[in-house]
Amino acid sequence: MDSAPASDDVYLRPSVQTAVKLLIVGHFAVGKTTFVGTLSEIRPLCTEEVMTEAGALVDDLAGMRDKTTTTVALDFGRLTLNDRLVLYLFGTPGQQRFTRLWQDMTRGALGALVLADSRRLSQSFEVMGVLEEHGLPYAVALNQFHDAPAYELDEVREALDLLPETPLVRCDARDRVSATRALIRLVEYLLTRTGHLEHA
Amino acid sequence: MTPRRRPADRLVRSYVVTDGRAHPTRNTLDLVTLLIATDDLPLTGLNPEKRRLMELCRPGALSVAEVAGHLSLPVGVAKVLIADLMDSGHIVTRAPIPAARPTDAKILQEVLDGLRARL
Repeated sequence: MDSAPASDDVYLRPSVQTAVKLLIVGHFAVGKTTFVGTLSEIRPLCTEEVMTEAGALVDDLAGMRDKTTTTVALDFGRLTLNDRLVLYLFGTPGQQRFTRLWQDMTRGALGALVLADSRRLSQSFEVMGVLEEHGLPYAVALNQFHDAPAYELDEVREALDLLPETPLVRCDARDRVSATRALIRLVEYLLTRTGHLEHA
Repeated sequence: MTPRRRPADRLVRSYVVTDGRAHPTRNTLDLVTLLIATDDLPLTGLNPEKRRLMELCRPGALSVAEVAGHLSLPVGVAKVLIADLMDSGHIVTRAPIPAARPTDAKILQEVLDGLRARL
């Protein structure tokens, strides 16, 4: 139990005024935890949200017996970007059925980075579908695994049926520079969408 | 695949911690709402979980998600406790950027500059 963290680094700088969040999403075992851990300045934390599975549409006590609840783990980390701005990264499972979790996660989020695995590209469709449903813009980063087939990015783009403007990059979730570059590509894209991208 | 770091099983059930409530008294708390403990109010009368939360927050600012993570509480439970502590004046917040503003180019440019500076 670490209710009284020892390190001063646990806390935000007193000057920080604004917090923003980006979601790191993808299917099971695609590297979300690794990605967040590589970039976070704090020891990555995990919390959980108890979810009622979709299907139980009526949110009253009478319906309680029929509800199934699931615990969803959220990994997250933090990057202080300047004296007044801090960025939180949330690693989020991509299952469609956690509707309320998605509503909470996407509210106020700047965008999402979808991590994909070229050995299991089709498993990314559900995640991308959920993001589109919630109107959250995203970029896709192909996480590099040793035994993964070396597809060209064009082939992957086609296989994932991405829009022409959706960024697709390779990244190594274990590498700080590579992971940072993937986030940069995402934020450049988000800026482009506002029509304000300068010195890209 | 990194093994999941699940918060340890709790000795006290969540509904005991929150007096049986599933929803916070206010709906403005986001995962990245920043919390600051006020240091002029006594902790007497607070239940043990709220006291732990105050002790965690007193040294410096943390987000709602970080408080939940450090205390091994589900986010929903942490929000109920935090909202109570806001009602009693023990905690004040710096709101995250409102939902209408994520497309704000100025914020995005600042994020981009901050990320580029890390390379």
